[in-house]
Amino acid sequence: MTDLTASPANAAAPRPSSLLTLDARTKRRNAAEARFRMMGAIAVAIAVLALVGLLVSILGNGLSSFRQTHVTLEVFLDPAKLDKAGDRDPAKIAKVTTFGYAPLIQAAMQTAIEKAGATTEGVNAKQAAGLISDEAAATLRRFVMAHPERIGETLSFPMLANGRVDGYFKGRVTMESAALDRNISPEQLQLADKLRAAGVIEMKFNWGLFTAPDASDTRPEAAGLGVAILGSAYMMLIVLVLALPIGVAASIYLEEFAPKNRWTDLIEVNISNLAAVPSIVFGILGLAVFINFVGLPQSAPIVGGLVLTLMTLPTIIIATRAALKAVPPSIRDAALGVGASKMQSIMHHVLPLAAPGILTGTIIGLAQALGETAPLLLIGMVAFVREYPGAPPEGFFDPASALPVQVYNWTQRGDPAFIERASGAIIVLLIFLMAMNIIAIILRRRFERRW
Amino acid sequence: MNMYDSPEREAKLDQKATKISARNVQVYYGETHALKDVSVDIQDKTVTAFIGPSGCGKSTFLRCINRMNDTIDSCRVEGTILLEGEDIYDRRVDPVQLRAKVGMVFQKPNPFPKSIYDNVAYGPRIHGLARNKAELDDIVERALRRGAIWNEVKDRLQSPGTGLSGGQQQRLCIARAVATEPEVLLMDEPCSALDPIATAQVEELIDELRQDYSVVIVTHSMQQAARVSQKTAFFHLGNLVEFGDTDQIFTRPQDSRTESYITGRIG
Ligand SMILES: Nc1ncnc2c1ncn2[C@@H]1O[C@H](COP(=O)(O)OP(=O)(O)OP(=O)(O)O)[C@@H](O)[C@H]1O
Ligand SMILES: [Mg+2]
Repeated sequence: MTDLTASPANAAAPRPSSLLTLDARTKRRNAAEARFRMMGAIAVAIAVLALVGLLVSILGNGLSSFRQTHVTLEVFLDPAKLDKAGDRDPAKIAKVTTFGYAPLIQAAMQTAIEKAGATTEGVNAKQAAGLISDEAAATLRRFVMAHPERIGETLSFPMLANGRVDGYFKGRVTMESAALDRNISPEQLQLADKLRAAGVIEMKFNWGLFTAPDASDTRPEAAGLGVAILGSAYMMLIVLVLALPIGVAASIYLEEFAPKNRWTDLIEVNISNLAAVPSIVFGILGLAVFINFVGLPQSAPIVGGLVLTLMTLPTIIIATRAALKAVPPSIRDAALGVGASKMQSIMHHVLPLAAPGILTGTIIGLAQALGETAPLLLIGMVAFVREYPGAPPEGFFDPASALPVQVYNWTQRGDPAFIERASGAIIVLLIFLMAMNIIAIILRRRFERRW
Repeated sequence: MNMYDSPEREAKLDQKATKISARNVQVYYGETHALKDVSVDIQDKTVTAFIGPSGCGKSTFLRCINRMNDTIDSCRVEGTILLEGEDIYDRRVDPVQLRAKVGMVFQKPNPFPKSIYDNVAYGPRIHGLARNKAELDDIVERALRRGAIWNEVKDRLQSPGTGLSGGQQQRLCIARAVATEPEVLLMDEPCSALDPIATAQVEELIDELRQDYSVVIVTHSMQQAARVSQKTAFFHLGNLVEFGDTDQIFTRPQDSRTESYITGRIG
């Protein structure tokens, strides 16, 4: 017998001879596996639940910001009010402030109410015009400044409704809350209901959310992400243009050329540590170096871009080095064996093979940078900016905002309408991130298909 | 300089010129002394076989000849290796230039993850061997024919080289190596992944290459060494035990270790 070599478990319970019955050992092993699978499934379920909860809350709060209440009015551009001299001189037209436009809107509102046959008990002309955003006068003025020849005509303008009216149609404002609100009365809301029935007030897609600049605390309906999107795009451009080549070059040097000694070990440790440095530290660095020392302007995408580049570099370097390491050495040998130089073997063979990994690292780094808020607060990107930055490269030095900073900014404001906007901005941010990931996947597929 | 100082075979050395002359080559991997005091002359227009048990340093010595060992950080080479009288470890020698003259086929097939055509065309391209596409096409076809793989791949030159079978990949690597027209071709067990038919084709190719080049082949097959080579070197535990005409090594080995190995008693 060979029982001498049998394991203790076997000695205790002799192996059943049939394959159809499980022995104790196998049963225990299977139970352990089942438990492990169960735990894995639970972990995934928790993660999915958290994600769904997050999405539901953000979408629930934010989706409504993609629709906005508009009032369409026939406005008579009264020459008597806008251009008293009648010579269409832009300098004189510019003298009329937005207050000068308010009567035009008031008159247009009255005409619209009459046309709709709505009764207006308890609402005077000024209050009726109060259904419209203060921003409308400014918009109207911009139009007239751009087209002075249209003065004297009656034109149809879609105007933003007041934030409270918008909130009423979205369910945020009720008759009860309006009764306590100095800015709106229940009578005004009743008028709004009638105008909506008549088609004067309607909900439209909110293009302004994407194109308009930020607006003051009292005009949530006019606030948009235009400046923030532009600022974020500029910064991403700067990060991509700086961090990708520098990161890849540094990785290639460290991985392929640098001698392995104490210095390179030190550099390696430092890079790994940099990746773990809290982002706000980079903000302090940016403030000290780029703004106070170099003298770059505050709130400018160039400073934000540089700070985010510093933050993204370690991520890109670590990912690139991992990708380079993963290229089998036999490929390098093959290239060197046919007489390629080290540089040729890297450029022609190693780098293309590492490209998918480098790309993934870069996109992850960019996505991190896109969502980064803390360092940008420190370099002044939280400032209230209504002017669009210019075209690059000069525009890199103009003040701008950034998407995550705008979200933070809006959540700090009093009017609940801004909370809705902030959620909308988060959705926009998520869409950008998703788009970046999709681009990464597509690029990766393309690179991989070539081999 | 004295190129004919191989101690044992001095009398038998014929008119063929010495291509590579190694003297007192020592190789260390860190602390490991992998190759001990190897001196050997490799002739032009000759096939030289390296045989010996696994781990005895055949590949190590082969990689010394085209300085592939430079890529291993821990590896240190001492002694001199002359290629046509010039020291290849001289500081002025650029290993890239050397490797264009001394081609190599590796133990494991390692095609580039590119098309079959690009695999073969890569060497000629970087060395500027072709002036136009037609010439390059010619070079590629000739190389693939010499690698005994043309008939199998001629209809799918643009499909990836990594999609071929192991044996086909190795022949592709041979084609890639000959495409750059090296003067010396180092082959590290080129047939270990090949079936007998492909092996025969490669052996035929080696015999053909002998007309113009010096070929060094590492093999674990005694029959193969006997079939293709004119000279054989037997390595054991980092030492070059015996070097001489293939006939002599296989019929009248002078060292007892050689005899034991070729008769299958050590390995
Ligand atoms: N990169 C390396 N680092 C450290 N030691 C190595 C390295 N390459 C080879 N060696 C050692 O050098 C010795 C010779 O190895 P080599 O690859 O030359 O053997 P070989 O004769 O080609 O064997 P095989 O027939 O199995 O290919 C072995 O003991 C091996 O462990
Ligand atoms: Mg070997």
